[in-house]
Amino acid sequence: MAKLKSNYETSAWARFLRWMKGGGSGLDRSMIRSLGEEALPSQRSESEHLAIERAREEREKQDLERERLIQERLHAWSRSRGSRLVNALYRLSAIVVCIAIIYVLLSSVSELPPFGRAENPVNNEVSARYIEDGLAETGSVNIVGGMILDYRAFDTLGESHVLFVAACAVVLLLRINLDKDGRPTREKLDAEADDRKYEPHNDVILQKISNLIVPCLLLFGIYVVLNGHLSAGGGFSGGAIMGAALILYVNAHGLTKAGQHRLFSYRVYKALTFCALAFYALAKSYSFFMGANHLDSHIPLGTPGRILSAGLILPLNIAVGIVVAWTMYSFYTLFRKGDF
Amino acid sequence: MLENLLQTPYETASIILFGIGFTSLMLQKNMIKKIVGFNMMDSAIYLFLAAKGYIDGRKAPIVVNGVTSVEAYINPIPSGLVLTGIVVSVSVTSLMLALTVRLYRRYHTLDIDEITALARKEEP
Amino acid sequence: MELLGLLLLAFILICALAVCLTRNLMVSIIILMSQSLAMSVVWILLESPDLAITEAAVGAGVTSLLFFVTLKKIHAIEGENKDGKAEK
Repeated sequence: MAKLKSNYETSAWARFLRWMKGGGSGLDRSMIRSLGEEALPSQRSESEHLAIERAREEREKQDLERERLIQERLHAWSRSRGSRLVNALYRLSAIVVCIAIIYVLLSSVSELPPFGRAENPVNNEVSARYIEDGLAETGSVNIVGGMILDYRAFDTLGESHVLFVAACAVVLLLRINLDKDGRPTREKLDAEADDRKYEPHNDVILQKISNLIVPCLLLFGIYVVLNGHLSAGGGFSGGAIMGAALILYVNAHGLTKAGQHRLFSYRVYKALTFCALAFYALAKSYSFFMGANHLDSHIPLGTPGRILSAGLILPLNIAVGIVVAWTMYSFYTLFRKGDF
Repeated sequence: MLENLLQTPYETASIILFGIGFTSLMLQKNMIKKIVGFNMMDSAIYLFLAAKGYIDGRKAPIVVNGVTSVEAYINPIPSGLVLTGIVVSVSVTSLMLALTVRLYRRYHTLDIDEITALARKEEP
Repeated sequence: MELLGLLLLAFILICALAVCLTRNLMVSIIILMSQSLAMSVVWILLESPDLAITEAAVGAGVTSLLFFVTLKKIHAIEGENKDGKAEK
């Protein structure tokens, strides 16, 4: 029985299976071989057991030594010539692959119709419908803004959720919590000290200029958000501008002063972002059940060109603007300090 | 092929930008340069999409003086798609940068080869 | 107007090459900011004002700012002599 087992263990198929499972140096093989050799252990005496034990230890030591020599030679080769060869090969093949991809893409771009013609296949009846009936059906003067918040509001719902998920992931990765009894942990103190190294201590120029500019920036951001359906702009642009204004304020006056505000805290961030996104989701998530189609919102469309027109587009713009502004601000302060 | 390419300058430039970004993503060892390459690939695709919507001689799609005929405005659809894309691009970039900060705090290097080697050594 | 568009496209491509070939990380992020600014003007030439405002606020604003804050967190702001590992 033992003979058959050792034949199987050292055969090619068994070795291949062992190699596929991973690991398995010469040590394993020699241990299995020595296991297979002991035919009838109960017949030996005590001293013979000891002798066998010692012989096995000797063999194990020799195998370990051989293994170590092989590994050393492998590492030496890979560190000196092998690694440079593999690196050069990798770079060469990467450049070849990139040039091949560029060539394939360019050869298909050359088959495109010429740039800027009106009879290109991309200008079909869908865009004609959006341009001709856009003002009458959505009430918004900005055709693109009306399209992404009325005809294709479902896509904008998905996009706001992508921004929210990214903000959640950044909070998970970078936020350093307080201790259980409210005292700051060692990590948090280290992060704050590390951050204070580069901070401008009461830079007068920055503070005076930001006292002038931040109100103007916030006002401009609110104007862009509210005018999303009347002129160029919309929720995203206005939200990014408002976020930039908040970042400038925090940068000029220091993170500790901003942290003492009741507005710049974690609870306010959670509440505002959640409420704005929930409002958008409640307003437009019926599309899941209607096959991405449209329901009438029964808000009067008004006359185009006034602020209180275009139905549901104005509240949706405000919701998206709030989400984007607070997300940009939260990115900045989580990177800097690790907390609000 | 070259004359056809010169008739569509914006699309050609966007493909070359895409190629440069892709090469940077593959070849550079520094993590920050890889993320910059990814950002450039995003920008290239937006340039391509927006160039498909342009029509010669027509104006931006904001209704002026109540004129709503098709011959007065460019195609508004690619513009809407790119607006979504820009926001997604900034989300993905910020997530990648957060991961880079955590990786640096753990391994104290930005070289992707060294990080892989160190991580493999720690596996049980 | 066509000439301006072609000039801006050439500037964008040169900026892209310069970003990849610089060693200093801070210089490459500043070149990325200028590339975003040129892209914003290209959007105006392609008659999309929404995209121009969004790209100017997001690309040359928030994204570059996040890059700078990351560079500060990984101690790569000073450049060559500070940390040998943080360079390429």
